[in-house]
This record gives sequence, C-alpha cells and structure tokens, in this order.
Amino acid sequence: MTAPAITATTTLFDATVGAGAGWTGELPAGAHLRIVDLCGNQAVDTLFFDARDYANRYSAVDTIREQGAVYLTTGSVLLSTGLDPLATIVDDTCGRHDTLGGACAQESNAVRYGEHTRHQHACRTTFVREAMAWGRGLGKRDLTHNVNFFMNVPLTPDGGLTFADGVSAPGKHVELRAERDILVMVSNCPQLNNPCNGYDPTPVRLIGWTP
Amino acid sequence: MTAYAHDIAAGAAWTVRLNRHRALRLTCLDDGANVSVLMFAAADPLERLNVPDTLKAQMSACLRPPLVLMSDMGRALATLTGSSLDWHDAVTGHSTDAHLDARWGPSDYAADRNAWRRSARAGLLDELAKHGLGRRDLHATANLFTKVVPDGDERGTLAFVPGHASAGDWAELRAEQDLLVVLSSAPHPLDPNPAWAPARIRATVAAVPAPGPDDPARLFRAESGRALAATERSLA
Ligand SMILES: [Zn+2]
Repeated sequence: MTAPAITATTTLFDATVGAGAGWTGELPAGAHLRIVDLCGNQAVDTLFFDARDYANRYSAVDTIREQGAVYLTTGSVLLSTGLDPLATIVDDTCGRHDTLGGACAQESNAVRYGEHTRHQHACRTTFVREAMAWGRGLGKRDLTHNVNFFMNVPLTPDGGLTFADGVSAPGKHVELRAERDILVMVSNCPQLNNPCNGYDPTPVRLIGWTP
Repeated sequence: MTAYAHDIAAGAAWTVRLNRHRALRLTCLDDGANVSVLMFAAADPLERLNVPDTLKAQMSACLRPPLVLMSDMGRALATLTGSSLDWHDAVTGHSTDAHLDARWGPSDYAADRNAWRRSARAGLLDELAKHGLGRRDLHATANLFTKVVPDGDERGTLAFVPGHASAGDWAELRAEQDLLVVLSSAPHPLDPNPAWAPARIRATVAAVPAPGPDDPARLFRAESGRALAATERSLA
C-alpha cells in the first residue's frame, strides 16, 4: 500500500518507535503528524497537550460529546478540557480509532487478566517515563484518557463494549494537523493479552513536517 | 441507619468525604436530573476514577449496578450497588461555561443572585480548588441519571435520551475506600431542554456492611472481584 507523498517545507522529525517504546515531541500550529502502522494492528496510545499550558490537555469525553460520535476519523477535532481544538484528523486510511479504551497499565492488567500480568510492560509505564524524561513539571497527574490510534473498541446500543480485532493493516496511516502549538506523547502499546496489537506488538513510524 | 441527609440545590456543586463502607444515595427531587461526579482516593488524590479502565474491565458502555468504579491504580473506589435506572452515562463529560453562555446567555450573581447559572465545570473546579486540586485533576465524570446511547453505526453516533430520569429516581454508591467525591447537579450539555432546568438532589449517607463473599459486584465479573480484592488487600 502506497501512502500519499508528503510535500514538506521542513521535516521536523521522522522517527520509528519500537514496540513498547515511547516518543514525545512538540508540533507547531499548522504542522502535520503522520502515524504509520508499519506492520498492521498496532495500537498507538497518544496524548496531546496545549504546548503553552499543559493543564489544557486532550479530553476524550469533551471530544466525543462535541462531535456527537464515539469513534475518531477524518474530520474529528481533538479538543482540550478548555474545548480548544488541539489537532484535526485530516487523513485516515484505517477508518476509525478509539478514544474510550484508555491506556493499558500494570494495575489495570492485573484487574483484567489476573495478578500474573502485573509485571508486564504497559503503556502507562511508558507514559510516566516519557513525562519524567520530558520534565517541565509533567507527571502522572497529567496523564489522562488518551487516543488509541488503530484500535477498535466497538460500543453497542444495549450498553456493551468489547475489544475487537483491529481494523488496521500494514502501511495504514492517520494524519493530524496541529491547530495550535501542541505537545504529543506516544506509547507504542506493548499489550499482549488482547487482540489490540494482534498479540505481537510491532514498530510504528512518526513523521512530522510543516507543509 | 442514615448518618445524615443533605439536599443539593439545583445546579450546584458539592464535595462529600465518603469513608469506606458508607453508602451515598442520590435521589432526584425533580425530573431531568444530571449529577456529574469526580472521584478521588482520599489518602492520595493522585489516584482517581478512571472511566476507560472501569468500562473496559467490565465490558460496559455505561455505568449500571453492580459495576465497580475503578481507579487508575486498579483498585475499587466505589460500587454502584443499586439504582432505579439501568444506564448512567460516563462517556460524554459535563457542561462548561461556554455551553451555558451559548444557550442561555450570561448569568451572574449580581443579576440572578443564587439562581445564577453555573456550569458543572465551574462548580467542579471551585470544589477541587478547596482541596488543592485543579484542572490537572479533571477526569471523565460519571454522569448519573443521564443516558446517551451509541448507535451501532460506523461513527458510533450518540443520541441523548430525554426524560430518562424522573423525580424519585435514585442511585447508590458504596465507598470501598475513603473517598473524596466532588459533584455538580448542573444539567448535561446534551440535554435538549430549552429551559435552564437543573434538578434538586437529595443525598443521604449511611453506614453499610462491607461486601461479603457473595456480594453481587464481587460475583458480577472476575475483573470486578479483582478490583475489590485489590482495595481490600491494600487496606489489610
Ligand atoms: Zn497499551
């Protein structure tokens, strides 16, 4: 599958994030971020912050309510707690993405899968590490309900919720445009206990540029 | 035996310290109520309600008895032990000043005295600040008495269900550890009611027995039982 060519004035970064690794960086207003699911079925847990005011951070529930729909895809505007647009999804070859499933954690793994999974690597450990490494006062308190790109968590009208097989495939991508200066924090999900990574976490590619 | 009762004014915010094995029962005194709830572990407010963890562990798109409300640390904060309603929203957040201004125009104390329109967000932040907490501590609220149904379509289109809660409807939360519960009775922003019509809520707090081996929440799902056990183990 060939993704559309990127016409960049300036390439800001082009990073491959390994399975279970993290990435944090800034994206100036107007810049684009493309996330490529290199091998398919890989959940990319992502947080967004207003780069000038970290407390004005991505809000999954405000985003869901204001767009009147549960899933994210092209046209979805990712809103902050202050209802400010942080980023817009401008291209999406996957089709839809989750923002209700949250990030996996050692503690939630123990609840969901049993105590024997408590010491497995998990997204929220990556997020805590990324927050500490980025510094500037960021910590666990700033970790909120995230976006799960390439993940499929269907909700049903009778109130059901499941983790389903991914709808993604090798080479699929999602592309965002920053609507203000933002900080992006990624955890490439290491979850082994459900189908969100096809039981085999794989690398993803992050490309940032200014058009 | 009821320890105390308190009537929460329509469209007001309130904080209740709810100790372990106390039940907070909220009863609607008017139709069309909404109560947006933030929840923290009193011993360490860095530990707070996590709606995604709560819903995915119990395979539910809404809150209904006997779900366990889980923290981000994999511990039971509270159990929704009972309710006259089978659906309480947790995925569509709460009102902000921007919603109120857009629909009803400005309102302030000088003009409207204590009937002034205050958003859920403004009230929740007022209460959080009294405990040294603020915007960084916001999380997805449980929106008791509100029903917003996802369509089965490709986008997961949401529909607010008008008339879901009536006067007399109730929900009861049992604290599984000492909690700080911060709530607002402001209307839900998706409620199409053209009038500003917040509902009054009666809160009662009472001591209740600890959940036993055959507690409905413990038996509901293995995940619910493990979250309860994690709290019990940490307080053993
Ligand atoms: Zn994960």
